[in-house]
Amino acid sequence: MQLTSPWRADFPGILALAAEGQTYLDSAATSQKPQAVLDALQAYYTGGAANVHRAQHLPGDRATRAFEAVRSQVAGWLNAAGSQEIIFTRGTTEAINLLAYGLENHFQAGDEIVISALEHHANLLPWQQLARRRGLTLVVLPLDEHGQIDLTQARQLIGPRTRLLAVSQLSNVLGAWAPLDELLSLGRQHGALTLVDGAQGAVHQRPDVQALNCDFYVFSAHKLYSAEGCGVLYARSAAAQHLQPWQFGGEMVLDCDYQQARFRPLPLGFEAGTPAIGSVLALGAALDYLSCLDPVAVSTHEQALHDALLAGLTQIHGLRLLGSPQLALASFTVDGVHGSDLAHLLSEQGVCVRTGHHCAMPLLKQLGLSGATRVSLGLYNDGGDLQRLFTALDQALELLR
Amino acid sequence: MSLPAAAMQAREAFTACAGWEQRARLLMQWGERLEPLQEAERNEHNRVQGCESLVWLVADQRTPAMAFRATSDARLLRGLLAVLLVRVNGLSAAELATLDLPAWFNELGLGRQLSPSRSNGLNAVLQRMIALAD
Repeated sequence: MQLTSPWRADFPGILALAAEGQTYLDSAATSQKPQAVLDALQAYYTGGAANVHRAQHLPGDRATRAFEAVRSQVAGWLNAAGSQEIIFTRGTTEAINLLAYGLENHFQAGDEIVISALEHHANLLPWQQLARRRGLTLVVLPLDEHGQIDLTQARQLIGPRTRLLAVSQLSNVLGAWAPLDELLSLGRQHGALTLVDGAQGAVHQRPDVQALNCDFYVFSAHKLYSAEGCGVLYARSAAAQHLQPWQFGGEMVLDCDYQQARFRPLPLGFEAGTPAIGSVLALGAALDYLSCLDPVAVSTHEQALHDALLAGLTQIHGLRLLGSPQLALASFTVDGVHGSDLAHLLSEQGVCVRTGHHCAMPLLKQLGLSGATRVSLGLYNDGGDLQRLFTALDQALELLR
Repeated sequence: MSLPAAAMQAREAFTACAGWEQRARLLMQWGERLEPLQEAERNEHNRVQGCESLVWLVADQRTPAMAFRATSDARLLRGLLAVLLVRVNGLSAAELATLDLPAWFNELGLGRQLSPSRSNGLNAVLQRMIALAD
């Protein structure tokens, strides 16, 4: 297989794992980091750390400027209207929890929150629990036989009672883009707020929040070739007015007395406590790195890898794909083979894939499965990685059958 | 304390394995030797929570020595349960509580199967055994 990644050498982690005999095909869980990101982390800590938005001293000033520069950079990368629309969180999960608490007073008993059947637990549980707290109805958009959100049924289910529509852009199990244009426009027609979970999507296509025309967009830095502990919530200014602070403490306060307080406006009013400064700076470096890559070359490579992945998998007797994966990943089961046995034997051969419910238990239950094996790709993977996967799969299945 | 005969046999067989394939074949063979559980014993009560695979554990006897039976729907896990049971069955509850099981699995070349990131649930099985022994 002549599929080489020109970016592989930029990622010390993938090279180290390869040298250790490990084939990393679990990037949908977390990604390896480019040298530029490691350098940014190193530079911040070795250059002298300081807290942001607090002190007047030089390192504090320097850290604050660098931190705020990343906010502007993220705003630019997402094509947001301005950096005040960018809130740093600990990750996608926290960003969605922020919304579920911050919007709580926006809902009244009987209102409906609409999600889809393929959501990651992160975009299900915060809404499920909010619905339970406030007597709301959680409406789940069903999937069609291809694993796509069924638009005919969505047209029936998204209606005047819908106050919020929250859907993921790219499924972490099915590897397919959601029909966001149609869905979000249905939501808007009925005056609902709209949230796009971009945890997987942001990694494989640069998001444009104005083109998407959503109110909120969330993603995690660690999946986007950067460090853990940093996520982004884009909140369109008009929609952000509905948000109320949810975590309290630190510099999110404007004026504080013993019995009452007033809070800062967006975005700082939503960043209680010391943020993950190093990780935010690393995200800036990751976006710089990604912005220097030829987007056409990256997407061509990712598509070629995915095509080769599907071509290899579909040749395996008894292998069933979940849905119709388009990009980034593919999940599957093999007839008569327990996923745990396959996972055991693949890991024995140094192939790093994930087996289980992928934080989407209701989806797997609906598909009648207790688990599935997922292979997921990063821009550093190459044809050799896939060849090692296929060889390991053949060997494992020969043993098990 | 000397090892039970079946444990000695397991140690002999697994330490002789040349590579992962042989070890996997051996695990599957050992899995076939598990004393079966009745259909009725594969119930929610006997199910070990915390495993992604289905695992059932039954304690037949607690004194003077522990006697467990266990099984799973996954083949390699059945093998792991088999080498666990040969080490554990026949111990007193006090001996079980202080047994260094990671050392046992390491001896067999199966140490990684006990690591905390494994979702096979072997650790959950151990915890359940200790709870049942109490």
